[in-house]
Amino acid sequence: METEHIVKSFDEELATLDNMVAEMGGLAEAQLADAIEALLRRDVELAGRIVERDQRIDAIENDLHTFTIRLLALRQPMADDLRIIVAALKISSSLERIGDYAKNVAKRTFVLAKGPPLGGTAQSIARMAVLVQAMIKNVLDAYIQRDAAKADDVRIRDQEVDQVYTSLFRELLTYMMEDPRNITVATHLLFVAKNVERIGDHVTGIAEQVHFMILGDLPGDLRPKGDNTSFTAVDTDGAPAGAKADGERPET
Amino acid sequence: MNAIAMSNQEAPAANIKMRAAGVDVSYGNKQALFSVNVQIEANTVTALIGPSGCGKSTFLRCLNRMNDVIDGCRVTGQISLDGEDIYSPAIDVVELRARVGMVFQKPNPFPKSIYENVAYGPRIHGLADSRAELDDIVEASLRRAGLIDEVRERLDEPGTGLSGGQQQRLCIARAIAVEPEVILMDEPCSALDPIATAKVEELIDELRARYTIVIVTHSMQQAARVSQRTAFFHLGEVLEQGETGQIFTNPVDGRTQAYITGRIG
Repeated sequence: METEHIVKSFDEELATLDNMVAEMGGLAEAQLADAIEALLRRDVELAGRIVERDQRIDAIENDLHTFTIRLLALRQPMADDLRIIVAALKISSSLERIGDYAKNVAKRTFVLAKGPPLGGTAQSIARMAVLVQAMIKNVLDAYIQRDAAKADDVRIRDQEVDQVYTSLFRELLTYMMEDPRNITVATHLLFVAKNVERIGDHVTGIAEQVHFMILGDLPGDLRPKGDNTSFTAVDTDGAPAGAKADGERPET
Repeated sequence: MNAIAMSNQEAPAANIKMRAAGVDVSYGNKQALFSVNVQIEANTVTALIGPSGCGKSTFLRCLNRMNDVIDGCRVTGQISLDGEDIYSPAIDVVELRARVGMVFQKPNPFPKSIYENVAYGPRIHGLADSRAELDDIVEASLRRAGLIDEVRERLDEPGTGLSGGQQQRLCIARAIAVEPEVILMDEPCSALDPIATAKVEELIDELRARYTIVIVTHSMQQAARVSQRTAFFHLGEVLEQGETGQIFTNPVDGRTQAYITGRIG
């Protein structure tokens, strides 16, 4: 915020809103980091704590919703104040979803810890998660610092996550082709990878809200996308192959 | 109420009812308006907003030459109604004020009956040839002002006996009785409670179909609710004007933003 409001209590309320978003974001970021840690260490106890802690994120989201409704009714905000409040409302929903995905990763750890590790897939997922965690951290910084350029940068970085996910998808299909006994573990790992990839998508959405909040418009250009798994198949002799040439998408 | 415009594109080929170009106004040696350019579209509610003393009421009063009656007030630049310069010597000011009517901040009915309040204008402008015709004008005006059902049985009672909100709608009925083309409103709801305000706002929205309306208001929410276009005045200049939805969600000028969000500008 460039300048202060004449009514100081409104500034305090907007600061409270920022703190709620920051707290939710920090928790969501930690949940993802811990979920990946639990996955790597096959630590079901940690996974259990992650599942429990998700309630805290949900509770803040509820508080934030109630708070924004009050602000809209009582302050009748205009212009950037209005955009800040609406953006916080939407960002909180995305952060809540991110928490859910992290919780889901933790839940799958219970099954995965019982089976054998599948090659280096968990490590590949962890590498993807490192990218996503950096995106969460940067988008929260962009939000707090009101830095639209930083938010736009986060938006573009989701492409890398999508590319890692596409290659993981192929890797896991190959494991399943090789030995049907891999299917249970590979399927769970596929969902884990998908969850991390979805978190990246939500972070991208948050980056768009931050851009909107600061500049008053949504970023217009089409974002580069690297997730080709919707078009990926593995042919029957076992070698993974794209349904189309690599990186190409059918025109729809 | 008006549909909330989602696009920030300009309305297609707007029909300009009044146009102010390079308008300067001085009271004695104090300049109140500096080269104001405003376009007022037909059948549109245009809100003039800005801090006290910014010149919005001064500008409003230029639109029907109410400033003529103020000693030492000098207006230069051009203001046109349907392309015709309203400050040209050929203009009959009394006729101009019938075409561009006005409603004030405080309801100011004449100390006469409700009927006579509305009949006064049509009578002096010779708009009715018979009592029956005058009756029709009075009834139609009170109906358009949304007041007829509340006063039908008491047309002979004094207008000053009505409630504040009813008095304001009586003043609007009086303004529209002479079939104006433009209605100027200077903070028409500032003395009214929320229910009376809502009735006047609903009336403004209905009147837009027949008339062009320019409203000065200190309530940002009212400007947002009733207008389709908004002009922001600051220290005698128009800093920003445009589609109301855009002004209140994404103003271009930092000073507009500071004002409408209640910041220290």
